[in-house]
Amino acid sequence: MRQAVGLYLTIARGAFRRYSTYRMATFSGAVTNSVFAVILAATFLALWRARPGLGGYDARAAVTYIWVSQALLVSVAAWGGGFQDELQTRFRSGDIAVDLYRPVDFQGWWLATDLGRAGFQLLVRGGVPLAVGALWFGARLPRSPLTWPLFLLSALLAVVVSFGVRFLVSLSGFWLHDAEGLRALTGVASMFLSGMLLPLTLFPAGAGAVARALPWAAIVQLPCDVFLERRHGLAVLGELGFQLGWALVLFGLGRVGLRLATRKVVVQGG
Amino acid sequence: MELIELDRVSRTFTVRSKAGRLRRRRHEVRAVDGLSFTVRAGECVGYIGPNGAGKSTTIKMLTGILVPSAGRLRVAGVDPARERVALARRIGVVFGQRTTLWWDLPLRDSYELARRLYRIEPARYAANLERCVELLQLGDLLDTPVRQLSLGQRMRGDLGAALLHDPQVLYLDEPTIGLDVLSKARVREFLREVNAAGTTVLLTTHDLTDIEQLCGRVMVIDHGRLVFDGDLAGLHAAGRSERTLVVDLARPGPPIEAPGARVVKVAGARQWLAFPAEQSAAPIVAAVADRYPLQDLSVREPVIEDVIARMYAGAVGG
Amino acid sequence: MAELRWAVTSWRLAAAMWMRAATAYRTSFVLLAAASLLVCSLDFVVLLLMFHHTDRLGGWRLPEIGLLYGTAGIAIGVADFLLGTVDGLGERIRTGALDTLLLRPAPALSMVCAERFTLRRLARPAQATAVLLWALHALDLHWSWDKVLLLAMMLVCGPVIFGALFVGLSSVQFFWGEARELQNSATYGGATLLQYPPDVFARDLLLGVTFGVPLAFVNWLPTLQILGRPDPLGLPVVCRFAAPLVAAAAAGAAGLAWRAGLRAYRSTGS
Repeated sequence: MRQAVGLYLTIARGAFRRYSTYRMATFSGAVTNSVFAVILAATFLALWRARPGLGGYDARAAVTYIWVSQALLVSVAAWGGGFQDELQTRFRSGDIAVDLYRPVDFQGWWLATDLGRAGFQLLVRGGVPLAVGALWFGARLPRSPLTWPLFLLSALLAVVVSFGVRFLVSLSGFWLHDAEGLRALTGVASMFLSGMLLPLTLFPAGAGAVARALPWAAIVQLPCDVFLERRHGLAVLGELGFQLGWALVLFGLGRVGLRLATRKVVVQGG
Repeated sequence: MELIELDRVSRTFTVRSKAGRLRRRRHEVRAVDGLSFTVRAGECVGYIGPNGAGKSTTIKMLTGILVPSAGRLRVAGVDPARERVALARRIGVVFGQRTTLWWDLPLRDSYELARRLYRIEPARYAANLERCVELLQLGDLLDTPVRQLSLGQRMRGDLGAALLHDPQVLYLDEPTIGLDVLSKARVREFLREVNAAGTTVLLTTHDLTDIEQLCGRVMVIDHGRLVFDGDLAGLHAAGRSERTLVVDLARPGPPIEAPGARVVKVAGARQWLAFPAEQSAAPIVAAVADRYPLQDLSVREPVIEDVIARMYAGAVGG
Repeated sequence: MAELRWAVTSWRLAAAMWMRAATAYRTSFVLLAAASLLVCSLDFVVLLLMFHHTDRLGGWRLPEIGLLYGTAGIAIGVADFLLGTVDGLGERIRTGALDTLLLRPAPALSMVCAERFTLRRLARPAQATAVLLWALHALDLHWSWDKVLLLAMMLVCGPVIFGALFVGLSSVQFFWGEARELQNSATYGGATLLQYPPDVFARDLLLGVTFGVPLAFVNWLPTLQILGRPDPLGLPVVCRFAAPLVAAAAAGAAGLAWRAGLRAYRSTGS
């Protein structure tokens, strides 16, 4: 057990280090996130000026929502991506069949890789926009110091849920000739249903309720709400529980999908 | 007629290396250093040297991709850097490790694009295509997507693409790298035909056999300077290059004694004998076969790096 | 003149090849095209959702913003369609692919802009055109010759200004290969900015995109004239007609930047 944990930690650390070699590109990306946040925050401010308190957020919370969601965007891979790009090249080269037979668990390997990546990107592409937003553009930092660890935990769970969805999409590559199209479509769905573009409370009633129950809500909307301290005490645990629930369900589905994929490779030779 | 002329051409690169955490040190590297040579129309020249000697930098300057830092350079009557586009119509280039063909499309489509980009007249295109198809045996490959071609087939496809517009000069960078014996032979045969038909060929290679079979002239470049210019025999003499006779005896024994050869290595029943490259192997083989229980033998050609290394040792040692 | 014609012809030849190569994967092409269309529509859906809660944003009604949205989308969409992939320059330099392009008897800019050309990138101009037509219909404007002229001016000069931004900013990658992300904030960020009314944004930002990066001339200034709205910056009216001059200047500057970059690449090899 301890050995396994050590192994996955090593894999994650390797991915973290690999991504940290693209330092300038990551930093430029963080600047881009900040520019987008400035633009989008202005549009939100205009909306909240017309409708104060819309969706249960005050104007300052709405602006903060934009900055936090931009800080999460790349880390939680709201568009898709992350390990998917690497997996894609392995599908193209045909190495994927070999990967299934490695002694390391296929799903665990890629989860560890993705967590390492997300860790580095949260640091830079998350940290820079948050700092810029808080220092110059009126984003509101949490009042309670306890919120920070809860937010980090929520962001971690967001990455795991996002991984669960992306893993299932990538697995479709075992059956589809080319999974790129499906990946693009799920990326669109993810951007919209995660609350990346607009808080889900602003959706028309029915659609909003559905969107809040789907796994994508756990990717952006929930960590943002944790950061904004929308709920207190045990209710926060409810939010985290929702994320954990979807994380487990999706991981389980990934497991089943992986078994089917392996069987297919065994029967048809890839 | 001089087709390629270099007059004291130099090319320096500025390299930044890390010095400490933040500071970076800049220093200049001379990739090509006062290089002068000429190539006449119709020649086939081997351009060789160790990795990093300045071969690709020279080729890039000759194609107009890179501008020389100093010196004068003319190819087919134009200054490559100034008139890159005009020059591109008069030269053909093949990089052994990088294809210019369109990966997902049939070979024919790449040729069709070349026809239009190089503005080749229909009649000339038809004739050239026919010639390439015949000599390179491309008939079955024309309608195959390039990604499905083997390395050797793709190299033949690339050679065809480089020659459709009747270039005056053909630059080849490692044209036989990674190919199997049969493909190598085919490529060499084709290049011989192309050169015989009047196209000037300049090729870089690590394979001395390419030079032996194709080039009447060899130029060796090292540290950006021309260190040898002459024929292959001259190169072997200058480099005191040696061939190696690998002998497998029936059982391990003491080092073989044969006139004109010396044992350089013994491993079990196998022994390596070195002898001067220009000397025939026949008398040595005869001598060995006569006196030792011979199972098998083979002759190995000299390796470029060794030849050049010894040439240096010779030059330094007097 | 012959040179310019050859630049266009050679671009067309190479672009046609990329298009053929892309259609080699037919299934994926349809899905990806659908996804592109959805991606482009996302931010308009956000606008619709915003107007679900309010009938004015920054004092502008939805059809008025639709006019901005349509013209901004066409401007960046057409520019991206024709030469958007020039932003991959740094990558091409790193892999050595640029050298191969320089071997062709055609202008380097034509070859770089034609790289990875795909019809899929028509999605944005198509979707923007649809929104523009709807907005023009819903606005019920009293057309006069100067308004027609202004609209035509936006449709021509907008793409030129964005095209100049793509090429000019990409030229930076000749010197600094990792500038791509930063450039995105000006191009794609700029297009997002122009979808919203100028009244939404802070004065400093407006000054920056008028006199710094000349985005305001793409559609803001002409639209103010068409709709008879006051300029938040209070610039002279003549500025609203200045787009052709600005576009010509931007294109000239971009051309010079590209030349300088290419010359530096060929003479420093960095």
